[in-house]
Amino acid sequence: MKIKLFYFAKVREVLGIDREEIDVETDIKTLAELIAFLKLRGSQWQSIFDMSSSYRMAVNQELVEASHTINANDEVAFFPPITGG
Amino acid sequence: MIMTVHVQEDLFDLQDITQQLKKLHNSGASVTFEGYVRDFDPGHERLDFLELEHYPGMTEKALLSIESLARNRWYLDDVYIVHRYGKLNVGEPIVGVVVFAKHRKEAFEACHFIIDFLKTDAPFWKKEITNQQSYWVDAKKIDDEEKNKWN
Repeated sequence: MKIKLFYFAKVREVLGIDREEIDVETDIKTLAELIAFLKLRGSQWQSIFDMSSSYRMAVNQELVEASHTINANDEVAFFPPITGG
Repeated sequence: MIMTVHVQEDLFDLQDITQQLKKLHNSGASVTFEGYVRDFDPGHERLDFLELEHYPGMTEKALLSIESLARNRWYLDDVYIVHRYGKLNVGEPIVGVVVFAKHRKEAFEACHFIIDFLKTDAPFWKKEITNQQSYWVDAKKIDDEEKNKWN
């Protein structure tokens, strides 16, 4: 299934990518499984996703936890904890 | 009710906005919060300017959802939320919240609630630039604690 991925702020800079569209196997059902898949890409990806305190997630522009289910055509975003205001 | 939030690069004048909104309502009170770019952060060089990144689309949704939460919790005449992004100079405003209500208690509480939720739920990230270096600002644990007090 196809999903859109967005990366922001420090996460974007460390990974060197701001957005992509990927086709993942349908056995990837949750964000946690997607993250495990992305970590196979190498050390930069592991450095971001090894510590749960260093990133937050949104699916279809809503903050969610790693247990959240993902579906085809979802917009998934990874970014650091928020520092606005 | 039509709710709008304002996410913009341009400066804003919160006093002028407040005066304009006051004409629309027969409110008994308004409370205003305005946040500015500080020229320092403990342990760092003096700041030259700030770059604020955000997640277009989600930012607006998150701010509308925070306004909605506040309006469900208190009886409010009006709410105005403005947040800037892009390059921000020291001393300039970053964020503004204005709440109009019949009485001070609702206005104070709702304004405080909105800024506490905005700090943890609206997807903005600050990068500080000094003449030596640039670095992303770390999130503060106290921001989560302040928000959780409202539960």
